[in-house]
Amino acid sequence: MRRGGRRGVAVRLALLAVPLAFFALFFAYPVAAITGRGLRADGAWQLSRALDVLTAPGIGDVLWFTLWQAAASTALTLALGLPGAYVFARLDFPGKRLLHAVVTVPFVLPTVVTGAAFLALLGRGGLLDERWGIRLDDGVWAILLAHAFFNYAVVVRTVGGLWAQLDPRQEEAARVLGAGRFAAWRRVTLPALAPSVAAAGLLVFLFTFTSFGVIQILGGPRYATLEVEIYRRTAQLLDLPTAAVLTLLQLALVAALLGAHALITRRAESALALTDPAGNAARPRGGAQWALLGGTLAVIALLLLLPLAVLVERSLSVDGGYGLAHYRALAGTESGTFVVAPWEAIGTSLRYAAVATAIALAVGGLAAAALTRRAARFTRGFDALLMLPLGTSAVTVGFGFLIALDEPPLDLRSSWILVPLAQALVGVPFVVRVLLPVLRAVDERLREAAAVLGASPLRAWREVDLPLVRRALLVAAGFAFAVSLGEFGATVFIARADAPTLPVAVARLLGRAGELNYGQAMALSTVLMLVCALTLLALESLRPAAWRGGRGGRGEWVV
Amino acid sequence: MKRTPISSPLLPGLALVLGAGLLTACGDDGGDGNGSGNDEGSGGDTVTVVTHDSFLVSDDVLARFTEETGHTVEILRGGDAGVMVNQAVLSAGNPQADVIFGLDNTLLSRALDAGILTPHTADGLDAVPEEYQLDADEHRVTPVDTGDICVNYDRAWFADAGLAPPETFEDLADPAYRDLLVVQNAATSSPGLGFLLGTVAAFGEDGWADYWERLADNGVEVVDGWEQAYNERFSGAGNGDRPLVVSYASSPPAGVVYGGDERPDEAPTGVATGTCFRQVEFAGLLDGAANPEGGRAFLDFLLTRDFQEDMPLQMFVNPVVEGAEVPEEFTRYGATVEDPLTMAPDDITAGRERWIEEWTSLVVR
Repeated sequence: MRRGGRRGVAVRLALLAVPLAFFALFFAYPVAAITGRGLRADGAWQLSRALDVLTAPGIGDVLWFTLWQAAASTALTLALGLPGAYVFARLDFPGKRLLHAVVTVPFVLPTVVTGAAFLALLGRGGLLDERWGIRLDDGVWAILLAHAFFNYAVVVRTVGGLWAQLDPRQEEAARVLGAGRFAAWRRVTLPALAPSVAAAGLLVFLFTFTSFGVIQILGGPRYATLEVEIYRRTAQLLDLPTAAVLTLLQLALVAALLGAHALITRRAESALALTDPAGNAARPRGGAQWALLGGTLAVIALLLLLPLAVLVERSLSVDGGYGLAHYRALAGTESGTFVVAPWEAIGTSLRYAAVATAIALAVGGLAAAALTRRAARFTRGFDALLMLPLGTSAVTVGFGFLIALDEPPLDLRSSWILVPLAQALVGVPFVVRVLLPVLRAVDERLREAAAVLGASPLRAWREVDLPLVRRALLVAAGFAFAVSLGEFGATVFIARADAPTLPVAVARLLGRAGELNYGQAMALSTVLMLVCALTLLALESLRPAAWRGGRGGRGEWVV
Repeated sequence: MKRTPISSPLLPGLALVLGAGLLTACGDDGGDGNGSGNDEGSGGDTVTVVTHDSFLVSDDVLARFTEETGHTVEILRGGDAGVMVNQAVLSAGNPQADVIFGLDNTLLSRALDAGILTPHTADGLDAVPEEYQLDADEHRVTPVDTGDICVNYDRAWFADAGLAPPETFEDLADPAYRDLLVVQNAATSSPGLGFLLGTVAAFGEDGWADYWERLADNGVEVVDGWEQAYNERFSGAGNGDRPLVVSYASSPPAGVVYGGDERPDEAPTGVATGTCFRQVEFAGLLDGAANPEGGRAFLDFLLTRDFQEDMPLQMFVNPVVEGAEVPEEFTRYGATVEDPLTMAPDDITAGRERWIEEWTSLVVR
């Protein structure tokens, strides 16, 4: 391999330096510190302790449940989300942009709030119970549906983003050559989509693998995952040795999964002809497309909009009637030590999210750029490494921060920056996963041509890669932003000065008795939904200028 | 290859937006206080207090502390009380704060055993009954407030059903009250644990498991946390259909105060006073505090009438200082618990994990 030669390697290493440092300092070091503290007692490694934990009765059940609920949730989310990805990528319909932003709203809602909505629909005395006597709050179905509710947008955005850029003429060509509609899709489009489907599946799996609030609220105390056990051991019992063993077990499982993912996608990624998405969507034609559109809209209405509507309804419900009293109460809130004025919480949330997005884009973008060429083995390993935070318990990271980042110059424990840093840790995997399939789909010959014409690697990247990944960059930014806006994990486990974000303020209100507190929590959740939807809409309206010209530009990017 | 336009405003635009966010965030750095005490030029330092999510104090009361002592107060919050204590134990010797507030009797031993606290005999301690001074020999912790975990009932439901509300643990296992009670997971919820400890205190090491078997046979429902139990399952708070829930003796007044402008003759919910387990909350000076003098002043402040009389309607807890006046709303709608169940912190620490595991296998799985 001569492209770029030694200089290319040097550039890639330089690009990797920032993400590597970020990962080492804010993930590897804290996690190693907290697990090390657990495994080393009295100056000696407690390995027999590890064996005791792993062979304890019940741990097998926890492990099995953790894995199968994550696999089932991923399968369900993909089954519901893939048609949605197609619909958003290929079909034009009124309200599409708004809906695209709205499906991401569940992603940012605190689980305690959505748990309430799901219980209202699926639980005892809920809508289904009253109409048909169906109750789902006792079984695992509520968990799976809630996971699909949260992660629907992951599939629609990750897969749909790439799908929208695939040139539909290739599939059309296959059909002209005699292939049936399904055969053409299976032979042409599916292989091209495979990497992004795998990426979406991986993200959803990792998210549900470490699911915490959903399992606790909807599954009740009967269902325990590794995450719940680690939380209990660390946050409640301070049983660090057991927590450390379970954390290592969790990491090992995630590493095995990432290895499998890398093996599968290595073969699947190939250069694709990427085009302007605006030219690839058309109004639905034919029964199949109308059915897909109708089915997707029905899924969105039932799975996503109905629970959200329940929250809005509750925020408006006052003394048996409807009114804006809870919103007025929010507006009248003085900025005290407990409840903050909502605009302050919105400001804090947006500020943290902006910083977290900037960090995630910088770190994830550099990593993705360095990982674009699949040459060296170590880059593959690093790719997997960057995904680990998603599969690691939030309480492990939070407590790790506490004992690792406690000395000057890095005594960040009480600093506001810790919040966006922790959020970016979860955002980076999204940025990498969204950018990589697109970057790798860029035809290498384009870069080579640029190099032959005398462009420096930077210039080649700017002129070849950047225009093609702008859309993916927006998708990635949207994810990083949404992750940050809704994040409630690691940062809860760090004592900080009082600048509550929206989800934290909601949780505080829910923790107190009184109808007014509950109503305000629901009202503030509605505000959180609006903030999320509006920001994503604004972000997505920043469409690249070259594409804004309209549909004629389609061929522009294709050699 | 066609030349690709590179003049898109997108990236610079995005960078600008995000950069602006970064700048505002940096500029707004109000809370970097790690106890190192930035001098505000008023002669005092910052006292940093680490506490749990439910801590609440009136702004003017806190302002009076600053006026009188010159110390400004910075509040750090670290999740629930258990998380907060564990964080403090892990940061032993190099604390994030000067004072820790919110240790309760279920967590006290852990904090004392870890040696994270420095003794201080707070002014005003002699007005605190001895039963609350659980570290009377060394004064490493100062009792600040008490609260009771009790079964709450929905008055209207029982009136409609023509049934007297339960008063005791025995009543709850009575078939007349079948399928009415919802409790929290003792493994993850602090009221859930308090209620379990209450039954252990009432029935003893040999009897509590039998009692819970009877409760299970009588249809007790276990949910994960207080929020689900009270907000979603309890009929007295709006959404649920079970008229009995484990909550606090102060939940009825809280429900009235945060229930709207109306002030009814009695609270819509009541307290089964025979089921109460008493929690005492403590504060202490952290070992290695950057501002120990300010920390001691803050501990003294916690026992002043100002603070003690502010607590009931802020955190919905009872003052520990004798003679502190409790607001009329708090007593009128609340219950007086004459004879709550208690347990020594050391016994709790010794039995806790075993009880939780046995309870889980009895009731949950």
